Amino acid sequence: MIVLDHVNKVYDDGFHALKDINLEFKKGEITVLIGPSGCGKSTTMKLINALNTPSSGKVLIDGKDISGLNPVELRRNIGYVIQSVGLFPHMNIAKNVAVVPHLKKWDKEKTDRKVNELLDLVGLDHTIYRNRYPSELSGGQQQRVGVIRALAADQDIILMDEPFSALDPISREQLQDELIRLQQELNKTIIFVTHDMDEAIKIADTIVLMKDGQIVQTGKPEAILRHPANDFVRNFIGQKRLQSENELSYEIPLVDDVMITNPVTAFPNRGLAEAIKMMESKRVDSLFIVDRNKQLQGAVSIYRVLDMYGEEGKTVADVMIPVRFSVSSGSTLPQAIELMDSHQLSNVPVVDGNNRFLGLVTRGSVVKHLAEVYPNLAPPQPAGEGEPM
Amino acid sequence: MNEFWSFITERYPDILLALRQHLTISFSAVILGTIVAVPIGILLVYNRVGWINSVVFFIANLFQTIPSLALLAILIPLLGIGVKPAILALLLYSLMPILRNTYDGFQSVDKGVLNSAKGMGYSAAQTILKIQLPLSLPYIMSGIRITTVYIISWATLASLIGAGGLGQLIVSGLGVNKPEMIFIGGIGAVVLALVADGLLGLLEGWLTRRYRQTRSAAV
Ligand SMILES: Nc1ncnc2c1ncn2[C@@H]1O[C@H](COP(=O)(O)OP(=O)(O)OP(=O)(O)O)[C@@H](O)[C@H]1O
Ligand SMILES: [Mg+2]
Repeated sequence: MIVLDHVNKVYDDGFHALKDINLEFKKGEITVLIGPSGCGKSTTMKLINALNTPSSGKVLIDGKDISGLNPVELRRNIGYVIQSVGLFPHMNIAKNVAVVPHLKKWDKEKTDRKVNELLDLVGLDHTIYRNRYPSELSGGQQQRVGVIRALAADQDIILMDEPFSALDPISREQLQDELIRLQQELNKTIIFVTHDMDEAIKIADTIVLMKDGQIVQTGKPEAILRHPANDFVRNFIGQKRLQSENELSYEIPLVDDVMITNPVTAFPNRGLAEAIKMMESKRVDSLFIVDRNKQLQGAVSIYRVLDMYGEEGKTVADVMIPVRFSVSSGSTLPQAIELMDSHQLSNVPVVDGNNRFLGLVTRGSVVKHLAEVYPNLAPPQPAGEGEPM
Repeated sequence: MNEFWSFITERYPDILLALRQHLTISFSAVILGTIVAVPIGILLVYNRVGWINSVVFFIANLFQTIPSLALLAILIPLLGIGVKPAILALLLYSLMPILRNTYDGFQSVDKGVLNSAKGMGYSAAQTILKIQLPLSLPYIMSGIRITTVYIISWATLASLIGAGGLGQLIVSGLGVNKPEMIFIGGIGAVVLALVADGLLGLLEGWLTRRYRQTRSAAV
């Protein structure tokens, strides 16, 4: 466990960067420091590996005041990842990963084994990537190497200062997922700095929200989302998530919000072979038949088409069955669900007043919608739990 | 042309001797200059007192601006004549380019690289030797190459203070009015400079590829 005890940091130019910080970073947890630019996140993080020394107060690791330790030695026992990655351009990937084991004078065999294991762990085949140079890797791959470099000497504590912020959204999500997966295997004490609340919520066990060198709120992501300590936190969380505050006033979703707006349709004059082809390529098991005015005519399932397949010359209009159930635009989702439930339907079409086909509510689309608005629909939390700390 | 060939065949031991002296003077100057200038350059990078850097660069620059003949003349009363003052004079010329390039090379090392080196537990000495020096090698090498080319041509003047070298052929050639001798001396220095430039250029290119300075920052 890492403890910051009444830490103040005043830089040489007189700037009071940290004001009486008291924090606990729990063992085996990911603690995310978040806050606006310049609020002191990096300053706080660098206290832990003695890149910064407190002007007053103490930093304790497992109860030991680190001011008594040799800083170079201390840093070798703490993994460190920074935004700009900082891979050494003149060393190949294997050497880059092996930097700290090398500093700690591990023997070659043990180091090699570790390097290969870590490369494979983040999906970089060691037979290919060991001998590459950093400039021969994509940004995301470099960042992966940056992360495993901080794990190579089996450090228990890893500091990560905005490690993913320079990446495109897709690589960033991938690396977040990988970090979560790695953490489940490795159980490190990770301190992670970010600007991005989505990232924080995704990976944090505990979030520490900072502003102007002070801690505004500390807690589990859930607790911070539900009970923001003040307007600053509320703002920082963002308007979209904020609605969870007034749980009761959430709006009942309409089928129009939930439906798939581009279901697979076919004109009545299509042949059966064409219909099979369409279902195959769109990966669906049924087609809705609409005419040129988007009037819903009926539906065919793959089974029905296969049944009638022998009769060449038939069109889907000949084999379709009428649609018995539909909901009109503006109905609520519960109405649609009720209908699907009582008639064992896997989907229900949404039509407008003129019976024009607008979209399709499927089980999948319902689940997807619920996932998106989950905070809005979450039941109120019993009092007592998740209070701001 | 005939005289030219017969001169070469007759006098080739003298020519080789001159060539050897020339190489010795030039490369001693460059090697010693490197040994002096690189550490000073590194010290300047780490020096926090601004004016010291200015003074050192001013002095190194000053040597560059003294005409070579004058510098050689100034050194005669101090060191006498011969090989030693010649090497010293040329060494003084080599300081500035190597110093400058060492300094620039160290400055050019990516801050992210230095931060992560420190954060992972490199000591100050390890950072210099394992990170900054290798990454600056292409820069330093380029300084050495430029200097070497200049010094090989300036070393022709060394014969004036009795240090021998290809300049000796020119001076003697002038004395006995043998144009082919003057020609060999002059052309020899040019060829030597070109060859040195080419070889050191290859080395520099290799170092640049080996210690490529790419921003390792993510995209
Ligand atoms: N060496 C320094 N000397 C003086 N002031 C500094 C120094 N390092 C940081 N600061 C100041 O301390 C404050 C906090 O800096 P810090 O780097 O911790 O911010 P941060 O929260 O990490 O911001 P960002 O999200 O932009 O990285 C800033 O106002 C910064 O200007
Ligand atoms: Mg920062």
